[in-house]
Amino acid sequence: MDALISVEHFSKSYGSQKAVQDLSFEIRGGELFGLIGPDGAGKTTTMRTLVTLLRPDSGTMHVQGFDVSKDIRNIRSITGYMPQRFSLYPDLSVDQNLRFFADLFAVPKKELAARLERLYHFSRLQPFANRLAGRLSGGMKQKLALSCTLIHNPVLLVLDEPTTGVDPVSRNEFWNILRELRAQGVTIIVSTPYMDEALFCDRIVIMHEGRALAQGTPAALIEQMQLPMYALRDSDVVMRFAVIEQTPGVVSVQTFGDTLHITAEIGTDEASLTRSIAAALGHDVVLEPIAPSLEDVFISLIEKETRHAT
Amino acid sequence: MQPEPVVYAEHLSKRFGSFTAVDDLSLSVQQGEIFGFLGANGAGKTTAIRMFCGLLTPTSGIARVAGFDVHTEARKIKQTIGYMSQKFSLYEDLTVAQNIEFYGGIYGLSRAEIIDKTNRMLEELKLEERRHTLTRSLPLGWKQRLALSVAMLHDPSIVFLDEPTGGVDPISRRNFWRIIYDIAANGKTVFVTTHYMDEAEYCGRLSIMYQGRIIELGKPGELKEKYGLKSMQEIFVHLVGETEPADKPNIISSTENG
Amino acid sequence: MRRRLLAIVRKEFTHIFRDWRTLLIIILMPILMIVLYGYAITLDMRNIAFGVIDDARTPESRALVEAFTENGFFKPLGREVNRQEIEQLFMRRDALMVIVIPREFSRELQPGKRARVQLLIDASDSNVGTFVSNYAEQVLQLYNRRLNGSIPLLYDIAPRIFYNPDMNSTYFFVPGLVALILMLISALLTSIAITREKETGTLEQILVSPVHSREIILGKVFPYILLGLMNAAIILISARLLFNVPMRGSLLLLGMLSLVYVFVALSFGLMISTVAKTQLVAMFMTLMATILPTIMLSGFIFPVSSMPEPLQYLARILPATYFLIIIRGIMLKGVGLAELWPDSLILTGLGFFLVVIAIRRFRMRLE
Repeated sequence: MDALISVEHFSKSYGSQKAVQDLSFEIRGGELFGLIGPDGAGKTTTMRTLVTLLRPDSGTMHVQGFDVSKDIRNIRSITGYMPQRFSLYPDLSVDQNLRFFADLFAVPKKELAARLERLYHFSRLQPFANRLAGRLSGGMKQKLALSCTLIHNPVLLVLDEPTTGVDPVSRNEFWNILRELRAQGVTIIVSTPYMDEALFCDRIVIMHEGRALAQGTPAALIEQMQLPMYALRDSDVVMRFAVIEQTPGVVSVQTFGDTLHITAEIGTDEASLTRSIAAALGHDVVLEPIAPSLEDVFISLIEKETRHAT
Repeated sequence: MQPEPVVYAEHLSKRFGSFTAVDDLSLSVQQGEIFGFLGANGAGKTTAIRMFCGLLTPTSGIARVAGFDVHTEARKIKQTIGYMSQKFSLYEDLTVAQNIEFYGGIYGLSRAEIIDKTNRMLEELKLEERRHTLTRSLPLGWKQRLALSVAMLHDPSIVFLDEPTGGVDPISRRNFWRIIYDIAANGKTVFVTTHYMDEAEYCGRLSIMYQGRIIELGKPGELKEKYGLKSMQEIFVHLVGETEPADKPNIISSTENG
Repeated sequence: MRRRLLAIVRKEFTHIFRDWRTLLIIILMPILMIVLYGYAITLDMRNIAFGVIDDARTPESRALVEAFTENGFFKPLGREVNRQEIEQLFMRRDALMVIVIPREFSRELQPGKRARVQLLIDASDSNVGTFVSNYAEQVLQLYNRRLNGSIPLLYDIAPRIFYNPDMNSTYFFVPGLVALILMLISALLTSIAITREKETGTLEQILVSPVHSREIILGKVFPYILLGLMNAAIILISARLLFNVPMRGSLLLLGMLSLVYVFVALSFGLMISTVAKTQLVAMFMTLMATILPTIMLSGFIFPVSSMPEPLQYLARILPATYFLIIIRGIMLKGVGLAELWPDSLILTGLGFFLVVIAIRRFRMRLE
């Protein structure tokens, strides 16, 4: 198997707190791989270990054959890492930041001009080359940070929640850039708490409280669950969601403005569900089958976990 | 005839020097609504909210909150509203109960009321066992719910939530929105700012702000129909992406932080 | 590799010059400190208020009172004082001394007789009391000499004081202040240099590059050495201008050894920076570790040799102890390397020791 990254039974604790437990996955060269999960899922710990900032307690991690606990410098020179927080120097200009990182990574002087030009081109930061990094807007800061991690042409790009706190338009643009990079053959591993962003990845691992709940392509994960879900569009019943939730066959109800999303038990048929909800509300309702989102999948995965646990 | 709106603004503007943070904003929100206030960082959301809360004086225009004028009756407004921000204003080094007591004291509740409220709230939040836990060690989802409860301590008729759900897991988030719906079902008005578009889907009605102006206002369903798009995310990118220049004025970073 | 080191040095310089407000504070703070401390910490007393009860009322008695007011040490109350209010004067601290000149004063001012003058001194602060009495005795001797020794005194000792003939304690303190301020400011500068990057998260970003810990540490020391030297110059110049502290030895030697001292202080700050997690903690640690030991133990006020033995050992690991010997030696005694080489050597050794510790302590990982 030509895996660029292989993580085997990785575990890491901070004192008594288990950050990651028995995590395994492999990433092939050129993949856009997502670590999906809320805060505290263990995404940052996994990524920091991958870029040799932390040591695994147990298990192994290899990047292009290099061991993260031994070959620190080898891995650091082929990896580009973007921490979760904006971590460039706010009092240095865009250009100074880029050149500083070029020096740290010993980018050959002859190539520097061409690389800067290319990075300015895709980030469209050229007009702001002399602006202080601290004065950039959120989206531009993210693009600058990405540019700095790309200055040494890394084989692997590790991005920790690059779009958290960034507005939707910039998020959109950022993902377009990532797709472009993947097309150029860069392997990218990205973490995000947003389930909707997981759809942009080739493959994902869904993490929760330090464990992997599932992994695969987003479409396959949604497919596998086969959650029966229905929309009830009736602004008059929205505030009576609690009544519907008590109806037999209903697992959960989610309110969306003037619409309710109802998750039914697996195997419930639409007609009988419609009848019982109508009976509970005291008037006719129209249920409309809808496709579950990755967030629905995530929630049912966690519910399954907790059921197993008890 | 419609009842008097709970939050009402007409041609509301706020300028900082030459920079216009809020530009000619008009809206009206009815009692019991869940109103979403969308926009990118620096679109003017926080400035607008601060004016509604009586923390900033408008440069021009009219705004009334719960019938009180933001120009002259800021104190009365503060008694009628609840406010919760992204950086939950809880003291991390106080226990859960101490936080509740402290905020009860600030809002002038009597000793008996505070004890009563504290007990009731801990019961509702199922935090009785954690009464003496330091707030710091609560999971994020719990903190968030505690912060909301604290903001509701003095029984306000309007709650302003400034990006309340950043970083929490989907289950906590759904639970949180369940509480928001409960609050609205009790006849209170909820005013939420966010730049997370998935959250926008939960709102009853919403406005999209861009460069200090409201550029779209309506129900999520209606807007999706109007633009023929599937999600609020797409609508937002469609509306703002078109008008987005390559750069924004620098002043944004110094006058807005959320 | 040299390129990475240079990159860090260049970056630090950019930080320093971009933030000109902080730079201004760094330049002005030592001047402010030396002025404040210089005038506040002095054991010399001036304008000691005194009252006079002159029962003699003769030209001689007036001349005596004038002798007291001549040199600025004493300042008369400017009104008549009567015997009943003496205690009140002391209690209200209106005066620290009252001179009582008896009626017979002029008559007794004859060869073979003894003229008596009574000095009443408030010694509630015993140090102050001693000073006042010493000064007063000197004034009386002066008066005595002027009258060609016609007032026989019980003793007539003329001590000769070396190096600081005026016994000006400022000369003694200002070099100490230079040592204190240089230590404090230099250590503060670097103590926040790494913690700041920890707080902003930029450290995480540069750690994942192939940079070495020695490059980070040295890259941060070099720019601040220049800043520290500039500070040293500012402090020495203001000391000279404001307090007329003599400069008897080689300025070049003092400059070079100040450089070594600054290097020690900067390395010490960096060592704190590798341990502390936040800038606030780093600053507190630096303040605690520099100000108090430097003032109390280095010989700044109390001579090291008169301290209890355990404290002497402690004093021997303080850089300021050695620098104090060096700076006082050069400025006040005019000695050179021939006498100062052991202290200079130890100081240099301390510097290298601290910088190596800082490099070894610096974590290339986040744990």
